[in-house]
Amino acid sequence: MSKQSDLPELGLVSLLRFAWRQLTSMRTALILLLLLGVASVPGSLIPQRPQNPMKVQDYFANNPTLAAWMNRFSLFDVYGSPWFSAIYILLFISLIGCVLPRTFDHLKASRALPPITPANLDRMEFFQTWQGEGSELAQAKKWLKEKHFRIREFEGSISAEKGYLRETGNLFFHLALILILIGVSLGALFGMKGEAIVNVGDRFTNTPTTYDSLSYGKLFRDQSLPPFVIIVDDFQAKYDPATNAPQDYTLKVTVVDKPGAPKVKRIIKVNSPLGFGSTNVYLQANGYSPVVTVRDKTGAIVLRGPIPFLPQDANLTSIGAIKVPDSTPQLGFVASFLPTAARDKVRGGISIYPEALDPRLLFSVWKGNLGLDTGIPQSVYRIDTSKMTKIGLESLMVGQTFTFAEGSIRFDGIEQWVNLQIVRDPGKMYSLVGGILAILGLLGSLFTRRRRIWIRSTGDGKVEVAGLSKSGAPGLENEIALLVANLKKDGK
Amino acid sequence: MTHSSWAYLSNYLVYSAMGVYTLAFFAHAYETAWAVRAPQGQVDEHTEGGLLVKTLDYTRTEKAGRIATAFMILGFLLLFAGVVSRGISAGRVPWGNMYEFSITGALAFTGAYLFALRKYDLRWLGLPISIFVLLILGTAITVLYRPSAPLVPALKSYWLVIHVSAAIISGGVFLLANTIAAAYLYLDSMEQKGERKEWAKRLPSLEVLDQLSYRLVAFVFPLWTFAVMAGAIWAEHAWGRYWGWDPKETWAFITWVSYAAYLHARVTVGWRGRKAAWLCLFAGSTFLFNYVYINIWGTGKHTYSGL
Repeated sequence: MSKQSDLPELGLVSLLRFAWRQLTSMRTALILLLLLGVASVPGSLIPQRPQNPMKVQDYFANNPTLAAWMNRFSLFDVYGSPWFSAIYILLFISLIGCVLPRTFDHLKASRALPPITPANLDRMEFFQTWQGEGSELAQAKKWLKEKHFRIREFEGSISAEKGYLRETGNLFFHLALILILIGVSLGALFGMKGEAIVNVGDRFTNTPTTYDSLSYGKLFRDQSLPPFVIIVDDFQAKYDPATNAPQDYTLKVTVVDKPGAPKVKRIIKVNSPLGFGSTNVYLQANGYSPVVTVRDKTGAIVLRGPIPFLPQDANLTSIGAIKVPDSTPQLGFVASFLPTAARDKVRGGISIYPEALDPRLLFSVWKGNLGLDTGIPQSVYRIDTSKMTKIGLESLMVGQTFTFAEGSIRFDGIEQWVNLQIVRDPGKMYSLVGGILAILGLLGSLFTRRRRIWIRSTGDGKVEVAGLSKSGAPGLENEIALLVANLKKDGK
Repeated sequence: MTHSSWAYLSNYLVYSAMGVYTLAFFAHAYETAWAVRAPQGQVDEHTEGGLLVKTLDYTRTEKAGRIATAFMILGFLLLFAGVVSRGISAGRVPWGNMYEFSITGALAFTGAYLFALRKYDLRWLGLPISIFVLLILGTAITVLYRPSAPLVPALKSYWLVIHVSAAIISGGVFLLANTIAAAYLYLDSMEQKGERKEWAKRLPSLEVLDQLSYRLVAFVFPLWTFAVMAGAIWAEHAWGRYWGWDPKETWAFITWVSYAAYLHARVTVGWRGRKAAWLCLFAGSTFLFNYVYINIWGTGKHTYSGL
């Protein structure tokens, strides 16, 4: 620090100016652009925490040392990592530093008139000359005006220019990219995203406690959650009997916008979410909840109700955990649910069709300590059986009961659950407008040619025409040929 | 006609298109092979009024070239009918799995070639293009083929038509630009060793190739931008976020960034020739990687290959 303050004032300023000029140079922008592309690669090949936390956990379990090192370089959250952010922030600074001065230049240029007609037109492109009739200049002016050229008249010559849209579009495109980035940031700062599993027949109230998972931006406030209630009335999944592929999911709900508001029936589908202002409710996943009744030795009910199970494959072979912490000793059922049961030589019990045609509940019974009071969050679909002993193994059809030493379990029936995803993104409109402007700007910039045309009538009655295409794009030759043909025809 | 007979018809049409593309390939190969054996000067237009034999030779290769182009057009039409009947058989747009993406992609690729052919002297490209199209269709029908079936719920949206058609057309033009850039690099290294070989003398100059691949990219870049954005809007409808760094999205972004860098390098930094051609090839290969690798081995939400 002390050394820096010894530097003369001018040195620091010119150093900063040098750094700024380097950053906003086209070469740096190009390198940053390519770097951004390269930096995006690892995130598509390595599992990412925001997209797939389970896979990241597996990765850590399989390669602990490597994973720890990769974690140090944020390789499990590439797109939120400091180095990725550094690249795109530098890129946008460079972009702003490049685009803003050009915007001012362009504003000035768009008010300016075309340049003075060069003295030697024969040094320009597509030069032509012929003996004129005298009316060519007026005729050319009319023709150029019709074609929306910007015209500047001199004594004996006309200078015309067209294609300012190229730079306008170019600048619009880059400014629109900034708008998209603003939209993304607003969404990240003021948005929220949560998920909730709701059994058919149950209701969802939009308060933080009803979510299974909820994350929000730094500037989001709980009060911003709109106070709606969704009652899940019915869920229908249709499958193709030949391929087992899903054909349609329809979720019927009753919605109350806010306390006291009338009940409204609505339908949610995969591609048509339910909207509450900038908050949308999506149908994200579905599965089965076996309904069970667990009794202890005395016959008293210690657990009753639907337990959501997690689907493992396209035929909804599902796994789940039935935890009974209120019995003594604690009981746990490590279970799987098969909507249409079959046996597979390798995998054992599997489902062969996603609809509940021949449902079966398979489980092992464990007693001991469920470990729920350790403070470490547990998956609701798994049981830590390290402090438990296995006391039974059974497979039940609907209505059947299994009795074991510590009590009994009855498989009462099946309900379905849906996973609702609730998202608020107040920035998305900005991004959308930015996207539309960006495309319009791009079209203007890539499909407009900037070019100049000059016409001079020399003292001896000769007419000279020439042009200059600024972007090297083709077409000017034709345009000049058309102009010349027009002048020659009308001259006669 | 029932749905399954439309599906059969589609398969027959795709097979026929492959047959016709094979004929196009042989016609192009004949045209080129003849040029190799030709003594110098015979291909020259000035010999037209010369000896009978020479004139005959010239028209014969011209005819082969014309026949080849006719086969390319016929192949395009058959493939078009094949794609359409595939759609009819499933009662939807034919973009539900990777087999369908591939046959439509091959269609877009040939379409881009035939479209560019109207304006530029590109007939010579027919040889590599007929090979590529045969490779794409061959892979599609042997490895990727899946019976015609309705769409999964996530794909039931009008955005499928908008997003996928824009992406496929962009892909076709990118492939064409890539082929031209590759031809540029090949001919350039040939010229650096000496002069062009006999058969290559009929091909356009390096400058023309350089300009052409740039023009194709500049022409289709806004469409690709639109395809990515339409995808984002659809993702917002279906998945609740318009951008989520899904592998497919990430690679679409990488392709976009690469082509943006290519355009900047040409327009503002003034890259031409080899450097530009390599960058063009790189950008195009990110598109191919996205299509092949991410579709088949990738994870994420774009798992519609049906494999």
